[in-house]
Amino acid sequence: MANNITLTIDGTKVTVDQGQSILDAAKKVDIRIPTLCHHEDLCVAGNCRVCVVEMEGRNNLIPSCATPAEEGMEIITSSPKVRRARKDIMALLVSEHNTQCTTCYRSTNCELQDLAAEYNVDNNMYLSVLKPNGTIDKSSWSVEKDDSKCIRCQRCVRTCAEIQHVNALAVTERGRDMKVSTFMHLPMNEIVCTNCGQCITHCPTGALTERRYYDEIWEAIDDPEKHVVINTAPSVRVALGETLGFKVGERVTGKMVTALKKIGFDSVLDTDFTADLTIIEEANELLVRLKKAFVTKEEVALPMITSCSPGWVKFIEHMYPDHLAHLSTCKSPQQMFGALTKTYYAEKIGVDPSKIVSVAGMPCAAKKFEANRPEMRDSGFQDVDAGLTTRELGHMIKQSGLDFLDLEDSDFDSHMGESTGAAVIFGATGGVMEAALRTAYVVITGRNVPFENLNITPIRGMESIKEATIKFENCVSEYSFLEGVEAKFAIAHGLTNARTIMDQIARGESPYVFIEIMACPGGCIGGGGQPIPTNNEIRLQRIKAIYDEDMGKPIRMSHENPEIKKIYQEFLKEPLGEKSHHLLHTKYRKRKRY
Amino acid sequence: MAEVKELVKELSGKYGNKRESLIPILQGIIDRNYYLSKEAMLEVARELDVSAAEIYGTASFYSFLDTEAKGKYKIRVCKSITCDMKGKNSVVATMEGMLKIKVGETTQDERFSLLETNCIGLCDEGPAMLINDECFTKLTPEKVRTILGDYVRNKF
Repeated sequence: MANNITLTIDGTKVTVDQGQSILDAAKKVDIRIPTLCHHEDLCVAGNCRVCVVEMEGRNNLIPSCATPAEEGMEIITSSPKVRRARKDIMALLVSEHNTQCTTCYRSTNCELQDLAAEYNVDNNMYLSVLKPNGTIDKSSWSVEKDDSKCIRCQRCVRTCAEIQHVNALAVTERGRDMKVSTFMHLPMNEIVCTNCGQCITHCPTGALTERRYYDEIWEAIDDPEKHVVINTAPSVRVALGETLGFKVGERVTGKMVTALKKIGFDSVLDTDFTADLTIIEEANELLVRLKKAFVTKEEVALPMITSCSPGWVKFIEHMYPDHLAHLSTCKSPQQMFGALTKTYYAEKIGVDPSKIVSVAGMPCAAKKFEANRPEMRDSGFQDVDAGLTTRELGHMIKQSGLDFLDLEDSDFDSHMGESTGAAVIFGATGGVMEAALRTAYVVITGRNVPFENLNITPIRGMESIKEATIKFENCVSEYSFLEGVEAKFAIAHGLTNARTIMDQIARGESPYVFIEIMACPGGCIGGGGQPIPTNNEIRLQRIKAIYDEDMGKPIRMSHENPEIKKIYQEFLKEPLGEKSHHLLHTKYRKRKRY
Repeated sequence: MAEVKELVKELSGKYGNKRESLIPILQGIIDRNYYLSKEAMLEVARELDVSAAEIYGTASFYSFLDTEAKGKYKIRVCKSITCDMKGKNSVVATMEGMLKIKVGETTQDERFSLLETNCIGLCDEGPAMLINDECFTKLTPEKVRTILGDYVRNKF
């Protein structure tokens, strides 16, 4: 659309597209208008009124987020009238907020707190209308909901509806009784919720947070009997810095490892190792399915879909319970790691697995639920004892008093610490697909994927559903049945997009052989456990950091990882073998859709 | 009570199974079953392929879409200031005595629920009340005894 509307904001002329808001126009000329209910990922709500501005010729103040810019408008964003109104609005919001800022998990990372301080709001200007006896819903493994801190901006409701199309949260009741709640106010663990945590990263206050486990981890660390192992996901290293004073997009892999070692983890390992392992298992699983479809003409579910994202897995269990056969049976890298930590790793280092506490540092809220799935006990113990978010890790590092900015780099420990660039890119949407293709193409044709530097750029980026077609030519004899086949692949991120893909499968019209789906926009780098705020600009910078990390790796294909070769030689024997089947693969269950 | 599943099917046949059919369907259930049970809301969610939370959100917004069990006859007495000043309290007290229940409660035989409502737009003829869709105005304890007595004796 052409630039076609010119207006004046605080004396500066600015031209914007038709349909853009006054707020958009102000951003364009670097004028900051405070907002609360507004989030760039979401539709406009206009319910908090914090963004009001004055308009020449209009008596009332107008909400800048919800008012489209018009030709010739003269806007004043900071006047006595505007400042007074904003201060009043903030005071009213504070009067219904549980101002426990001293003990709140979101303290110093809270939009309400920032604005209340900025506008010098008197906590007692209005009587508190906080409802007494509020309880915090801690029923879910992943998401904690504290209504006393909710300012009813409905960002979570819009997130759950627009980004995820799950609608677990809704606006209920009316007027002063209105609250963000669930079906019949059921606890969070009884509703159709994927635990993705996007509501958390979109919440401007501490009303929605992840259920936190780091106190238990400190206890385990302090217990000399316990051998505490942590593995960290690829997306953590490109975002953790944000919570500790680094710029967005800064990679802190080495410092993170040093910090975790100094904190007292007995071993700091890399989830990327099992990401590589996932590729081997999953690529083989796909090839077996293709062989059945093409050669032995057996009934087999295609397309096959990735199963790394626990939010996505719970989503399909709820929403498409009749199509679970499409999911790869591979566990997610976190769960593979857990199962191997208490078997292979325990054996290697000679520690009794009952003494091992296995922790996963994840960009994710759903990983907490996944760790507690009753079926995830294939090692004979709970495979993963706790999943911590990137934010929780940031808190632990802060608590430890380390000067993170000045830490030296160190490497991951061995036995499951080695990884490739293919594993690193798991963190970005399209990454699992790219990693799988890098390996599968070699297996099928004996050659590297026909892309410069192995970078399969067509499947990168933030487009909602991405597609690629690869033609297999000059295949090795074992895979001659794929000769000349043009295989189609798809990648979706965000569950609204996942639904589009699944509806196509349900109609029997899916043209793909393999699909990657991640629950969160941008993939894991935009996960529900990542630093707040997250928006598209930040997602893109984290994605860039992921691909930079990939390029910096000496080995960039999963099957070339020396530790992976070793674990197959010494322990697993072969992909999809008996041990793999037992430790690395899983089953899914049907859940209710409504 | 009608079988919820069949009722919802019948109503969606009549009003359609789009999002915008939600309120007519919910009203249809209220007409027949007096309130929206958990099962009924889940059935509507299934029929319209809308999340249960959204159904509940809509239902809980409207005072006339009850989500808790109510009697066949819902007596809603206006509690706004005009009706209040014109003697709503004695009207309510009379009915409480007759039905042996308090405001907000339902009789044991599930015939009557005594409720208060916000303004129903009959301030000039207050105190006013509704029994289901029928309205009664200029109420007095005597008048309400006759009206309610008729329901108790003759309407089942």
